[in-house]
Amino acid sequence: MCYNRFSHAGGWEMEADGIVVKGIRQGLLINLGEGPWEERLARLAHRLEAGATFFRGGRAALDVGARPLDSEEIRRVQALFARYGVELWALLSTCDETVLAAVRAGLVPDLALGDRVQEPAEPVGEAGPAVGGLVVGRTLRSGQRIEHPGDVVIIGDVHAGAEVVAGRHVIVWGRLQGVVHAGAMGDAGAVVCALDLAPTQLRIAGYIARSPEEKRRRPVPEIARVRDGYIEAMPWRKR
Amino acid sequence: MAGRVLTITSGKGGVGKTTATANLGVALATRGQRVVVVDADIGLRNLDVMMGLENRIVYDLVDVVEERCRLRQALVRDKRLSELYLLPAAQTRDKTAVGPEDMVRICEELRASFDFLVVDSPAGIEQGFRNAIAPADEVLIITNPEVAAVRDADRVIGLIEAEEKGPARLIINRIKPEMVRRGDMMETAAVVELLAVELIGLIPEDEAVITAANTGRPVALSDNSLAGRAFHNIARRLLGEDVPFVPLREAGFFERLLRFVRTEGEER
Repeated sequence: MCYNRFSHAGGWEMEADGIVVKGIRQGLLINLGEGPWEERLARLAHRLEAGATFFRGGRAALDVGARPLDSEEIRRVQALFARYGVELWALLSTCDETVLAAVRAGLVPDLALGDRVQEPAEPVGEAGPAVGGLVVGRTLRSGQRIEHPGDVVIIGDVHAGAEVVAGRHVIVWGRLQGVVHAGAMGDAGAVVCALDLAPTQLRIAGYIARSPEEKRRRPVPEIARVRDGYIEAMPWRKR
Repeated sequence: MAGRVLTITSGKGGVGKTTATANLGVALATRGQRVVVVDADIGLRNLDVMMGLENRIVYDLVDVVEERCRLRQALVRDKRLSELYLLPAAQTRDKTAVGPEDMVRICEELRASFDFLVVDSPAGIEQGFRNAIAPADEVLIITNPEVAAVRDADRVIGLIEAEEKGPARLIINRIKPEMVRRGDMMETAAVVELLAVELIGLIPEDEAVITAANTGRPVALSDNSLAGRAFHNIARRLLGEDVPFVPLREAGFFERLLRFVRTEGEER
């Protein structure tokens, strides 16, 4: 079962349908790409269907580019996201007509506005919307990328060149050498744990750290978290 | 003054495009030029690793194209040379994320602040290659003295001429003088004649290049490797100096002494 979930989530951005899904601070940003509107919608539906476990419970902003859309078409988009349990909160477009229709439909037309609306809200960590964890049952190789709004557990290694972006904690039951971004939507309480914590780069919320360039000693399990404005890694000992 | 865009390409993989990009970047920056090296190999990026800058990357070329950051934010400054910057490729995407017009636009913007833009092309002649040559003012073809590499270089030179990006200039990399002498490797003169383009550099096979790639310290950073000196010679030629092509072997003690005596004599 776990493996199945991963086979959906793996290689999001590799898919050839031209739809780009990206984790941003406020959730997911979905770019529809070029092509006729009806065909794009069908592709989007297909993508949501194929990755139902990934998308469910998430928040998404949709970028439709320069397409002119009326209220009716926007309602169809909203219904499509609702069907897969995704909260569509923003609709981005360079077309004035579309922006107006989006605002009338109760959508935010600008990601920056999302920041302002979000600020007073509780941090995603404890009180945020309930998002499940994602268990990835294999090693991530260079170029592979996992994005998930909740916790991510990887049973395997994360190679250099691979990337994990999670809304909350990231736990690697193996060697972590790639790039991990925990709390990617702004949760500075997120942690990253690994049996061997040797990432190229570690990000928690808005903080970034590089591994020291010294040679590695014998690996010990470690946990990294934000403390006093820095990312700090500590050995994980029996307590 | 607007910067020059040099694209390094080869057709064939593994002949030394990324090595040449990193080292020419270093050699030009060492000579006081403001340089940015651009990794156009989206999905299989390596330039950052060879330059030892992988762990400093926050944003990449695709983030710039998709407007998730400003161009300045994606530039990674070199650890050693303050006038050298890297614009990294994305690793988790593929070539279709960027188009030739994006590359042209980004390079136009960079031209204003740099003297040289050195673009590392991916292998092949598909979209990634098209992206890499689209912004080029000058193209440097790199090849090895072996038939397959020269054949691919010939194909690429043809494509570049068709795009009116020429005339391309040639770097021959991984030359083993000993094998050439035994007649077991193509002679540089034969390669140049076959490809009929101007030669700008001869790089000997050098184990230091492998160590350098693995440790993220390009050979051109120091003066004590043959390959490093060869890259510096290319940089000097790019800057308009007339640098003669020297024989590519470590001279014996006697020869060096003789050469030393001769040059001393000539210069006085």
